[in-house]
Amino acid sequence: MTTTAPPLSGRHLLQLEGLSAETITAMLDRADACVTASAAAETKPLPLSGRRLVNLFFENSTRTRTSFETAARRLGADVINFDLANSSVKKGESLLDTVRTIDAMQPDFIAIRHASAGAPAFIAAHTRASVINAGDGSHEHPTQALLDALTIRRRFGRLAGLRVSIVGDVLHSRVARSNIWCLCTLGASVTLAGPRAFVPESLAGFGGHSVRVAHDLASGIQGADVVMLLRMQLERMQKGLFPSLGEYHRLFGLTSERLDAHAPKAVVMHPGPFNRGVEISGELADSDRSLILTQVANGVPMRMAVLTVLDEARRAGR
Amino acid sequence: MSDLLIRGARVVDPSQGLDAQRDVLIRDGRIAAINDSGKGDKADRTLDAGGLVVAPGFVDVHIHLRYPGGDASETVETGTLAAAAGGFTSVFCMPNTNPTTDSPLIVRSIIDRAKEACGVRVYPVGAVTKGLSGTELVDFAAMKASGAGAFSDDGRPVATTDIMRRAMECTRELGAVILDHCEDLSLTGDGVMHEGPTAVRLGLAGIPRLSEAAFVMRDCALSLLTGARLHICHVSNAESVEVIRWYKSRGAPITAEVSPHHLTLTDEVVATGSNGRGSYDTHAKMKPPLCEESDRLALIAALEDGTLDCIATDHAPHSPASKSTLFDEAPFGILGMETAFPVCYTEFVASGRWKLPWLIERLTIAPARAVGIEAGTLRVGAPADLTILDLQGTHRFRESDLRSKSRNCPWIGADMKARIGATLVGGRTAFVHPDAAQLAPLSR
Repeated sequence: MTTTAPPLSGRHLLQLEGLSAETITAMLDRADACVTASAAAETKPLPLSGRRLVNLFFENSTRTRTSFETAARRLGADVINFDLANSSVKKGESLLDTVRTIDAMQPDFIAIRHASAGAPAFIAAHTRASVINAGDGSHEHPTQALLDALTIRRRFGRLAGLRVSIVGDVLHSRVARSNIWCLCTLGASVTLAGPRAFVPESLAGFGGHSVRVAHDLASGIQGADVVMLLRMQLERMQKGLFPSLGEYHRLFGLTSERLDAHAPKAVVMHPGPFNRGVEISGELADSDRSLILTQVANGVPMRMAVLTVLDEARRAGR
Repeated sequence: MSDLLIRGARVVDPSQGLDAQRDVLIRDGRIAAINDSGKGDKADRTLDAGGLVVAPGFVDVHIHLRYPGGDASETVETGTLAAAAGGFTSVFCMPNTNPTTDSPLIVRSIIDRAKEACGVRVYPVGAVTKGLSGTELVDFAAMKASGAGAFSDDGRPVATTDIMRRAMECTRELGAVILDHCEDLSLTGDGVMHEGPTAVRLGLAGIPRLSEAAFVMRDCALSLLTGARLHICHVSNAESVEVIRWYKSRGAPITAEVSPHHLTLTDEVVATGSNGRGSYDTHAKMKPPLCEESDRLALIAALEDGTLDCIATDHAPHSPASKSTLFDEAPFGILGMETAFPVCYTEFVASGRWKLPWLIERLTIAPARAVGIEAGTLRVGAPADLTILDLQGTHRFRESDLRSKSRNCPWIGADMKARIGATLVGGRTAFVHPDAAQLAPLSR
């Protein structure tokens, strides 16, 4: 593959909002190349040899952190993991002090996960490294949406014109926001479905796109090509936003039966980890209509692509 | 004290319908005469104020001095200097201090501190409930006797309706006003900004308009029930405006204030950032939150038709360290006194929408009436509390223009078409702009 992706205009990947279709497509193309190269077990000189990735995780996330780590190592970079979810750093030291400490280690990349929206932007303003948003509060999770787009594109050959339904707690979901930006930018049509507490009317027309909202599962997934499910958090129920996980499953839980009835051609996706018997039935998750494990597998090449594109942006910016 | 003659200024005093070139004679700290220019008044000192505007000192019925207990963000000294730098000569400081201003002792302590500061008149606001707990009423009469200018649990609502009713029954008898922070904390929840498209886009938890409007409705109804004077603080959205309009039409004894930031900014500033600060701008985070353009326009219309009575800043200093953090972790509040007049003048008077005397009225006699103090006037015999305004040229507002101990101001870097030249309290100089050579004689 000789395609040279145009580097990101900036040296960070903080959000998919505002990225052009060309930029996103170039990153997906790059990821495709990584998948192919990996399948052919091609041995190449390691393009990120000598670079350093710091995984700065203020929230636990084994799978996202591992995926970044694997991607970086395959490209020859060193990886330092900071798991701060249970650390005194979280409260005792200010975030600014933490960032200054990390920056003194001269990392090339910082992948950050944080419970607060805007944390990656805050860090980007105080470091020389390229910052990759690995999930910030309810804001965005760009690499997840990119790997989702990669998964869909490898399945359908395109995104434009596809009908994608996102079902669940969209309001509190960073995965959903990044996916809406990504899918709409690439020409898919998006429907959001869930109880009103999770899919308020204010999400209609999100970001100026023709995003539709539905408050029942049937009309929410009617005729969809892809149904993306979001993880339902027990803590939302405990805060009184919705009666119970059982009630949620009764109204919005996806089963093969419901999928057959309303979206017989659709594939099912989930960013994981999923709750069997809540947002998705076990038999559907395990069926060949589920792309859940493909998503996990695509995480590594997608993050390899992100790291190399950012590395080019860094070098171009020097 | 020596006499001072301020000669040749445009004197604007809405309390007596005055807007003309006059000489202002100050004697023994009071306004001694306001005469046609060149009448030949003589004084020990004469200031040529040609080209400038003299107005009554502004009255701010809503500020935070952070004393006692908050000297990382403000002190009585820096806070009153910030007031003077904004043209304010009388300020009401809120009681959400540490410890809470809920006893005569603390009220007197604030007054004593203010005597050692730049001279700006400080009216401590007493808490409605002890420790802002919302449960146990303070000794209203004792607090008032010690100098409390009004009562408020500002920063928090008085959550229990019955407690608010009993408080209003007490303050009614004393002829005192309650400055009412209206917020349904259960509707606010984890919210950190206005619930609307911008919050949805940024992934930040929203505060619905009804959080404020529901309590405005409750407390206006209590005002009708008890007959107590109620002043609604920092009205922020169109729904609250409708409620106030309706209760005023029913004769409820209520007044209301609006802040310069709610009149001029919207929730989009959180995303765009004030003056290049970038998204998730903590200088756009305050309670009640900045709402949408339709709300801003409703607030302007409500101030114009009298539904809202006056402008108050809700000057809320927070240390740079506390604001240099993530949006949802930063405290609520921004500075306001130094920028209030320049911002409102630039936005509404320089643009031609309002007349200068109309704006000055909402910063002087209107707030003074709302809280029932003798201030905001240049009538002969009144204390010589006045501010001298420079409406010529354009001035970029700089961080160094702040006199507050804090820096949480969204207008740093903004171009203003007005600045405060000087401020006098009781005839004494409290502030002179360092660049105003014409006013240098006022410097002591």
